[in-house]
Amino acid sequence: MNPDVTWLTYFVLSVFVGIEVIAKVSSTLHTPLMSGANAIHGVILLGAVLVAGSSDGLALVVALVAVVLAAVNMVGGFVVTDRMLQMFTRPARPGAAARKRVD
Amino acid sequence: MPVWAQLVYLLCAVGFVLALKGLSGPRTARTGNLVGAAAAVVACALPFFYADLDHVVLILVAIAVGSVVGVVGAQRVQMTQMPQLVALFNGVGGGAAALVALVELELYASFAGSSDLPLAPLVFTAFTILVGAVSFSGSVVTFAKLQELMTSRPVVPPGLPFAFVGSGLAALVLAGVLVDSPAVWVGVLLALVGLLLGVLLVLPVGGADVPIVISLLNAFTGLTVAAGGYVLGNTVLLVAGTLVGASGTFLTLLMARAMGRSVGNILFGALKGGSTLGAGEASDRPVRSAGPEDVAILLGYAERVIIVPGYGLAVAQAQHTLRELVEVLLERGTEVDYAIHPVAGRMPGHMNVLLAEAQVPYEQLREMDDVNGEFRQTDVVLVVGANDVVNPAARTTPSAPIYGMPILDVDESRQVVFLKRSMRPGFAGIENELLFDPRTTLLFGDAKDSLGKLLAAVKAL
Repeated sequence: MNPDVTWLTYFVLSVFVGIEVIAKVSSTLHTPLMSGANAIHGVILLGAVLVAGSSDGLALVVALVAVVLAAVNMVGGFVVTDRMLQMFTRPARPGAAARKRVD
Repeated sequence: MPVWAQLVYLLCAVGFVLALKGLSGPRTARTGNLVGAAAAVVACALPFFYADLDHVVLILVAIAVGSVVGVVGAQRVQMTQMPQLVALFNGVGGGAAALVALVELELYASFAGSSDLPLAPLVFTAFTILVGAVSFSGSVVTFAKLQELMTSRPVVPPGLPFAFVGSGLAALVLAGVLVDSPAVWVGVLLALVGLLLGVLLVLPVGGADVPIVISLLNAFTGLTVAAGGYVLGNTVLLVAGTLVGASGTFLTLLMARAMGRSVGNILFGALKGGSTLGAGEASDRPVRSAGPEDVAILLGYAERVIIVPGYGLAVAQAQHTLRELVEVLLERGTEVDYAIHPVAGRMPGHMNVLLAEAQVPYEQLREMDDVNGEFRQTDVVLVVGANDVVNPAARTTPSAPIYGMPILDVDESRQVVFLKRSMRPGFAGIENELLFDPRTTLLFGDAKDSLGKLLAAVKAL
């Protein structure tokens, strides 16, 4: 099998999976989902590490800048998403006067 | 790459799928995010174990620096400013992808002139440089708009469409040159044109639409990561990037639908001219304003009250005071709900996060479609720091920039009370006719201050 076609297969299947897994998201979660997806593409850090590990001179400097930026994206992204989501999973306060309607 | 490493990469890819799946349900969201984080950490640690990397110490230092910056930024940011932080994180991710591609390009430059130039990797390298740069500068402009470092209104300098098309063509030509004869300086030029394109793309977008653009740029960055994965021959990058690209694009469409807009209209609406934004200044038409005591009587003796919270509430940090007011009303036997517009705040779902932070019970938050039929039977609607999401111009004025956006039908209720700082129009920059309606009462002042007075006045009833 042509390797490029193999790559294309990965790509096309990932497109379908990517759409399918979030198809039923409620608008409440749009922001955390965007933020979480944003953190996932921070995995470009892996690519930055790979090129930094095989470069020298100016290219190394550029690659290291990429490592810093990607780490900001990945680590910061997951932390801020977790901060947002903490608020959704907090246990209900005892004695809160709410729960009027159960519809 | 050893087989065991490839298998671990496969596990990481599965982790990303499960992370997205988890993130789309309220109960599983937090776990999903942690699964994604674990997969990302494992994927990024892996090269240190199988690849023969130079400069390991430097790389680790760079990772540490970036991580500290990221964590500090994420911990320090106020929840109200979170959308711009996400934009910034997305931008640096796009920038990183573009820089990685530039370094890769240096490798291909050594092939220049030989007959066996690898075509597809070069095409994707050019793509990554260009789109990564667009994502970076576009995100910086969205950050500036949301942080209000610049006007949040559409900016359309004369000749912008020509500049846009011109730099688009320049980008295509440069990409062609790059693929034909790879050279680093062409890549740098391409990146510069990409930076310009990103700025031109986001400038004409109005403040209220910026979140959708963030989502779109997020998808762009995902695709650049996928292209980078192909160039580096790394499956997990390709899969993760593609997942984000696809789900990000889909999410962008969902958000645009929630606002009743098309993505094309959001990006290029202002370019077509005919932008009919209001003057963005205070109007001097007469309105009916009242003091906290009057509003307290309205609320205290109503049977059914709906609260419409908006970004102004969050800016004033008044969520806790509002929650207290609602608790007092509930104790008086009033039926109270919060009506949450899908784009209340600065991003879809942003308001839910802000109210959850103030410990408002989840069941009191009602989504727009669910609550819209109930305004007709509502005695008082209390609009706190919201404007565009209750502006009937979305239904009645075809020339308004928000025309077609589904709104909360607040105008159908018996009484509307606006808590406002001033008569300045909302984020979209258009006047709200509802403010001048005879059934509308305005309570001027800082939202936290006004709510505090209201709370005291209701307690004293």
